[in-house]
Amino acid sequence: MNVSNNKHEHLDVLVSSHQPEPSTLKNYIIGFTSSVILTMFAYLAVTHQFAGKWVMIIILAILAMTQFIIQLIYFLHINQEFAPRLKLIVLLSMLTVVVILVGGSIWIMNNLNGRMMDTKAMEQYMNSQNSL
Amino acid sequence: MIMGTIFASFWLGKLNLKALPPNYIQMGGAVMILSILLGLLLFITVTKKWKWLYREWLTTQDPKKIGVMYILVALGMLLRGGADVALLRTQQSISVGHNMGILSASHFQQIVSAHGTIMIFFVAMGLMFGIINLIVPLQIGARDVAFPFLNATSFWLFFAGMILVNASLVLGDFAATGWLAYPPLSELRYSPTVGVDYWIWSLEIAGVGSLMAGINFIVTILKMRVKGMSFMKMPMFVWSVLGSMFLVAFAFPILTVCLTLLALDRDLGTHFFTAGGGGNMMMYVNLIWAWGHPEVYILVLPSFGIFSEIVATFSRKRLFGYTSMVWAIAAIVLLSFTVWLHHFFTMGAGSNVNGFFGIMTMIIAIPTGVKIFNWLFTMYRGKIKMDSPMLWFIGFVVIFTIGGMAGVLMAVPPIDFQLHNSLFLIAHFHMMIVGGVLFGDFAGISYWFPKIFGFKLNERLGRLVFWLWFIGFLVAFIPLYILGFMGATRRLDHYSAGLGWQALFIVAAIGTVLIGLGVGVQILQIVISVRDRKKLRDTTGDPWDGRSLEWSTPSPVPVYSFARLPHVTERDAFWVAKRHKIKDKSSYEDIVLPKNTPLSMVIGISAFATGFGIVWHIWWLAVVGLLSVVVTIIVRSMDEDTEYTIPASEVKKMDRQLRAEGGLR
Ligand SMILES: [Cu+2]
Repeated sequence: MNVSNNKHEHLDVLVSSHQPEPSTLKNYIIGFTSSVILTMFAYLAVTHQFAGKWVMIIILAILAMTQFIIQLIYFLHINQEFAPRLKLIVLLSMLTVVVILVGGSIWIMNNLNGRMMDTKAMEQYMNSQNSL
Repeated sequence: MIMGTIFASFWLGKLNLKALPPNYIQMGGAVMILSILLGLLLFITVTKKWKWLYREWLTTQDPKKIGVMYILVALGMLLRGGADVALLRTQQSISVGHNMGILSASHFQQIVSAHGTIMIFFVAMGLMFGIINLIVPLQIGARDVAFPFLNATSFWLFFAGMILVNASLVLGDFAATGWLAYPPLSELRYSPTVGVDYWIWSLEIAGVGSLMAGINFIVTILKMRVKGMSFMKMPMFVWSVLGSMFLVAFAFPILTVCLTLLALDRDLGTHFFTAGGGGNMMMYVNLIWAWGHPEVYILVLPSFGIFSEIVATFSRKRLFGYTSMVWAIAAIVLLSFTVWLHHFFTMGAGSNVNGFFGIMTMIIAIPTGVKIFNWLFTMYRGKIKMDSPMLWFIGFVVIFTIGGMAGVLMAVPPIDFQLHNSLFLIAHFHMMIVGGVLFGDFAGISYWFPKIFGFKLNERLGRLVFWLWFIGFLVAFIPLYILGFMGATRRLDHYSAGLGWQALFIVAAIGTVLIGLGVGVQILQIVISVRDRKKLRDTTGDPWDGRSLEWSTPSPVPVYSFARLPHVTERDAFWVAKRHKIKDKSSYEDIVLPKNTPLSMVIGISAFATGFGIVWHIWWLAVVGLLSVVVTIIVRSMDEDTEYTIPASEVKKMDRQLRAEGGLR
């Protein structure tokens, strides 16, 4: 019997699955092109500024989240069934970290901005200093 | 003439004769690094070792050898970082009042930045990844890591980053911005030379390597443990590495993105971190510390793991409070993402924000304290052997506790406002990084040295090394606490005589000399031990009466690591097997191992070319380097023939022979 070191047995678990094989060329191409298209949308949305500030922010957030999910499915094969508990733990800890970091950064930077002169007032102030 | 200029700027970018060192001291640095390089090359050529080097080391995929290469590079960089310290401390002891010392202000700042960058990224990280490569597969009963080629590539990216940092000694300058290069100072407007670019791209390259290594070891630990080793039966070092590598996987992408944004600002004229155009420099500080604080725990967790192994082995008791240790690691992993603002309390956020992060910082001290008590309780009523690994542990407890309490003090925002960027802070984090990380790595090296090389290190010199480091360290850093209270700031290249700081700076310099002696004796220790290797030979494979699986293999570990895979039924599997005289009854089997390949090294060289090209705006070189990386990956992916087999009969023969030579069970 060729047990050929435990590496193979274990790694087979990583790449094979009982689900329809998602790591096919077709799936990679789908993932890649849809990511490119979504990025292009985001880029055009910003360069053409076709909506107000908050609408834009929401549009960009939705585009980013969609791309995030697409990459999880097509590149990270999140829908594959292996060691589901382990995968759930990893996914949850990733989400926790993302929430802490993104939420924390927004909180920190907003708090800081709230304590600073707003942009208009600062520009006026700087102009008045320049004219002196 | 103009044609000539265009021609030169295409082929050489910004590179010209002005890039050579401008004064004698910098020239000295360049000459030194070049002569070391030439000396090495010459030595290899004269001793006709090129073939051997290429076959045995440069192309290897074996984590046991990659680990040794990591450690060698890291020790080399320890000397470089130490030489930097010698210059800094000399300057600070004499540059008082009218005396301007030996270094120009800008050169001084470059050396400070290089010291920090090198010590964190190329010494601490290198030693950590080295020890992980050597020990983790052995402790989980695996013959290899999950992705051997990726592992070798990680090393070569680390190596490429290291070369790029040191290239700045010869061509151009290094960042004069501190080790984290805050904007706006690090923006093109205020740092127009290539220094910051060197910093960005060496960390970018080495950082990608670290990220890949992190993922590799997560998969290795999760997927490749030997049969029977459930999570709660893993050695504590493996747990600590798992925690650390999770942090790598989650934190290093932040660093990569943050550096990329800064590079875009500098090279493409974006304004993420400039005050004009809607950028915000505090966002950089926010992002870099969202990586930077976890980085501290990335480095220190494996050291905690090493100490857990050592304390249990040398107290001849099982580790006290295993489960609480595991939960302490888990708590540290999570909490280390919730404290990053304590690095910039003085930014000016409101009291709610500062208060929250201050409290979180105090909370994270709790799991760390739990670990210290667990080690002390492990020692309690143990039959303690005071070999040098244990000495490092005692030194660690003393220094880490002092430094840790200073840290808790600074977690109080109003106190931090007084101490921010003072030498008090410098003393604090050196006690964490040297006392915690470096002492742990040294302890690990002296503990596992016989396993890797087959002979112990000279114990008497080992003790001397410890005492020189320990006393030297206290002499070098206790004065900094006092100086910090007196108002001395970090990165100080000159101060006025009336402040009365000089005496303390000189004391600190004396401490540095003691540490330097320690490093000297360390080198001597290795030389003497190699000379006496017959006498110091470890024939049993188990010189310390160890507890975990790595001690069940012969020393030095053969290429296949385990001739027969061990059986694990309990924690401290090897200890249990020894006590209950459990014999391995499993049969020999064919062993498949990865073949050597130079492609990892090719990727490293190409990454270096890319980095160097971007630093100097030699765009053709950057493109060629990048293409070369892509092509190499494709070539490797097409290669089906990447493994070789050692037949079972061969394994049996080799194993019998090894066991007959030593008195191995
Ligand atoms: Cu921190």
